[in-house]
This record gives sequence, C-alpha cells and structure tokens, in this order.
Amino acid sequence: MLNFSAKQLVGVGLFLFAIFVGVPLIISATGRWDFYFTLTSVALLAIASAGVWLTFYIGRINIGQGAFALIGAYVSAILVVKAGWSFWISLPAAGLFAALVAILIGLPILRLRGVYFAMITLVLTQVVTLTALALPITNGAKGISSIPLPSGVSLFGIPLIPDFAAMENTKLAFYYSACILMIVTYAALYRLVNSRLGHLCRSMQQNEELASSIGVNIAYIRIVIFAISSFFGGIGGAMFGSIAQSVYPSSFQVADSINFMLNCFLGGLGYVVGPMLGTLILYFGWDLLFELGEYQLLVYSIILIAVIRFLPNGLLSLRLGKGDQK
Amino acid sequence: MEQILANGVYLGSQYAMIALGLTLIFALMNVLNFAHGQMYVIGGFVTYTFYGQWGVPFVLALAMSCITLAILGALIEKFLFAPVIKGSAREESTMLLAAGIAFLLDALILLFFGEKQRGVPKIVNGVFNYDFRLIMPYDRILICVLAILSIVAFIGLMQYTKTGRALRALAQDRTAAQLMGVNVGRYSMVGFALGAMLAGLVGGLLVTITGVNLGMGGPTSIKAFMMVMIGGAGVISGAIWGGIILGFMEAIGLAVLSQYGDITYLLIFVSLMIFLAIRPQGLMGKPWG
Repeated sequence: MLNFSAKQLVGVGLFLFAIFVGVPLIISATGRWDFYFTLTSVALLAIASAGVWLTFYIGRINIGQGAFALIGAYVSAILVVKAGWSFWISLPAAGLFAALVAILIGLPILRLRGVYFAMITLVLTQVVTLTALALPITNGAKGISSIPLPSGVSLFGIPLIPDFAAMENTKLAFYYSACILMIVTYAALYRLVNSRLGHLCRSMQQNEELASSIGVNIAYIRIVIFAISSFFGGIGGAMFGSIAQSVYPSSFQVADSINFMLNCFLGGLGYVVGPMLGTLILYFGWDLLFELGEYQLLVYSIILIAVIRFLPNGLLSLRLGKGDQK
Repeated sequence: MEQILANGVYLGSQYAMIALGLTLIFALMNVLNFAHGQMYVIGGFVTYTFYGQWGVPFVLALAMSCITLAILGALIEKFLFAPVIKGSAREESTMLLAAGIAFLLDALILLFFGEKQRGVPKIVNGVFNYDFRLIMPYDRILICVLAILSIVAFIGLMQYTKTGRALRALAQDRTAAQLMGVNVGRYSMVGFALGAMLAGLVGGLLVTITGVNLGMGGPTSIKAFMMVMIGGAGVISGAIWGGIILGFMEAIGLAVLSQYGDITYLLIFVSLMIFLAIRPQGLMGKPWG
C-alpha cells in the first residue's frame, strides 16, 4: 500500500531539503526576513487546508474551516493564558476540542449535501465569530492578546523543544515547528488516503447510497473524517494564534474559510499535496503583489480567474497525463 | 408591535429580492454565486453616481443600475461561467470562479468608487406617523412598495412569458429542456443576467435609505445564502419566504433582544442550523436540490 517509487522518494527528499535547508539559506542570502513569517503562515494555513481537502474527499464542500481554526486558536490561548498550560500540550488539546465540536455539529449537518452543506458551513464560521464576541471567556471584541511564547519541553532532563522566549530568532523556530507540523499532517493525510478508510471515502465521494448499500457505514465515516478535518483546523489555528501572540474574533472569518476552500480547488482536489501548493501560491502570490498597492486585489483576482478559466481542475491537473499521482 | 411588523415587511421585501436573484442563478446553473453581494453593491453605486452625483431622475438611475448589472451578468456568464462549467471535471469548481469574481468586483468597486460610505438625497421627504405607534418614513414605504412590485413583476415574467417558461424548464431539467428545443446556452445567459439585474435593482433601491459602501458585499451574500437555505435552494417561492422570514426575525430580534447586546444574529444562525438539521432541504426545496 505504501510502496514509494524511487522517484517519489527523491522528490520527497528534495522537498524536505528545500524547506529545511534551502529556504533558510536563500532568506539569509537575500535578507528578506519577512518571508519567514509568510512561509510560516503558508505552512499553518496549509494544515487547515488539508482538513478542508479531506472533507472534499468524502464529497462535501467545507467552507467552515475558519470556524474550527478560530476554536483551536481560542482554546489554546485560553489554556495557556488562563490555565497556565504549556503551549505544546494545549496544541493537541485545541485540535481535540475542535474535533469534539465537529462531532457534535457534524451529527446533524453532515446529513446535508452539496451546496446545502457548503452554505451551512459558511454560516458556521459566522456563528463561531459571533459566539467569540458574545462569550465572556473569550473576552469579546478585545480578544486575548500578549499570549506568552511557547515554553521549552524536556523529557528526563533532555531538552526536546527549546524555550522560545529565550531564543533570539523566534521566526526561524516558528518556521521550523510549522514546517514539521505541516509535514506530519501531510504524511498522516497521505497515509489516510491510501488506507482502507481512504478507499471507503472515495466510494462515498462517488455515490453515498451505493457505498451504503454495500455495507459502508457512511454515517460513521463522515463523522470521523469531519472530526479529523477539524482537528487539522484546530491545530493550524492554535499555532497561528501562538505566533501572532493574540486571538481576536476576526482572526479567522468567513473570508478565511473561503480562502481555505480556494486553496484546495486551486491546487487540485485529486492530489494530496494540492492544498499545500494552492496555499503557497495563493498566500505567497498575495504577499508578492503587495507592492502593487491599490491594484493588488485587482491583479490577484484576475490571475485567480484566469487560472480557473484555463485550468478548471486545479494547477496540478497540468501533469494529469503522467499518471504520477501522489 | 405594529412597528415591528412594518419593519419586518420592509426588510423582508428587500431581502426577498436579493434572495430571488441568487436562487435563480443557482436553479439555472447550479452555481453558488459568491459575488451576489458585490453585484448588489455595484447596483447601489451606479444609482448613486447617476442620481446622487449627476442629478438624473431616480427612476432612470434605477434603470441604469439594472442595465449595467444585466450586461455585467451576461458577460460573466458567457465568458467565464459557461466555459468553466464545460471544461471542469467537478461542478464545484464554479465556486472558486464565483469567489474570484467576488474579489474582482470588490477590486473594481474600490478603484472606481473608493471605500467611503456614499448616500444620496432622499427621494421623498416626510414621515408617516400613525399615533406614534407606527412610524415609517415615506421613502421607506415607497421603496418597500417598489420592491414588492418588482417581485410581482418577476413572478409574472417567470410564469407567463416565453422566456420565463424556458427558464423554468431549464431549472427543472437541463437536458430535457435542451431536447425540447430550448436554447440552453442563451437562456443560461439570460437567467444569469436577470439574477444579476435583481441584485442591482435592490442595490439601487436601498442606496436611497442605507447608502452604500464597499464592505456591504460579503455580509449581503451571507444573508442571501441564509434566505436561500431557509426557503430551499433553487426554488422561487422559497426565496421569497426565506427573505420574509429573515426580515421578520431580524426586525423582531432587534426590537426584543436589543438589551442583551448584539446576539440577534447569533440566535438566527443557531436556529437556522437546528432548522436545517431537521429539514435539510429548507421549506420548499427538493431534497438534495
């Protein structure tokens, strides 16, 4: 099931080398230190987009990832600031909490399909934003600010993760941790897609009734997938809040939810790495176009429209013919 | 109480028109038009330019809004949606296109009209006052009547003309309509233009009361989605019901819940989710639309 070809191994090796050695070298050579923040954001948004992609995989259009990213960010911030937890423990806690919420909400709304599901998840983003404004624990519109940097973790006296506050270059540290998280996420995603569960998901994507009729427990699978997807969203959001050191109800809103969806579409829905590529291009492209000033949005949207006009199946569809599906 | 009901009718008639355009486009092409709110904003700005700045009579300015948006809608359908729908492996790709168009329209509005809030002089002065129990400015009443008339005209168009029949056939079954000799490509374009035109018309009507600004597009789209979900996607009567229900909920919520802070919309959203969990296809919708 997981037999990589030599070509794929080389590709993955090159990719890892590029992000862990190549990018820092290029950045220190060009002096564009701001790219660290951009690339860290790309990595984290790619994690959340991976979740959206996974819900696409069972044939649901998810425009609600912003909701789970916001939930994750708030859970982590509250645990760190108010309960004094270490960030590294609050991170999985944030993911698990987002997954729990996804299970509760998913039970009714996963019965919806097509545009109905898309629209209800869009509304869900708005619900979470408004809830964050209304609840006392989230501090309303003021949000939670001055979240401490992640502290160190050591096991039996051996430091596993250094203390971020004691570091002089937190940007690099955040970059590395975000990249590691992203790689773990995509490895998990790849493993999931190529497992028995992944095959069942594909059967659901094509025809739920048919899948159900041959004994696939579709209600169970779609809850599990939605929970995993929201777990990714929660993790990405929590890490984002930690880097920004603040969370506001507007940290993730409807526009972000739509962007997560666009990342998946743009990269191509048929490929595990699609959302990663889509996030990189959309977010990085937006950043690069910043120099155009008031024409930034215009040029960005024209490029976006042109891409979808001429490559409606995503950027990766360019190499569709090679049969080199990853 | 009378005041709440009157506000409900007023809001509901506006909302129903916005939802009608969205649901029409959805019914015809299965496209979730993210750019609907932006089209509404453009309609508002066109009326503002003609009526507020150049002093053209209001009715003509309104007509200009309709024409501009109809042309814009037709062009978007012909050169963007139609080819993408044809070439795409999945129908959902149109969502990406719709979102891209929403960004593009936002950018164009920013470049042409700026980001300031714009308003126009009142079309009629005076306030209707019934014993201080029901207070309604005359221009709101006029706009409300105009909106209801437009809805009636739209239903008439859909029910009794050849175009309307073709559009309804198209919404029911695309292939069957084509086999019956309906020019599918042309009527898709007409339908999209009509939907965009409705958005422009509401924008032009509402600019006289609420004014218009760049940021209104997104929230308007979300409200339109909610109305369509309440009524059922792709069903004309559903869109009207959805608009009226949302208008009344908003009017009642703002009147009753104002002391608890800004929780009206939170409650509306939550009740919508509960409602959809019980009845996924909305009030009038076909299952799995």
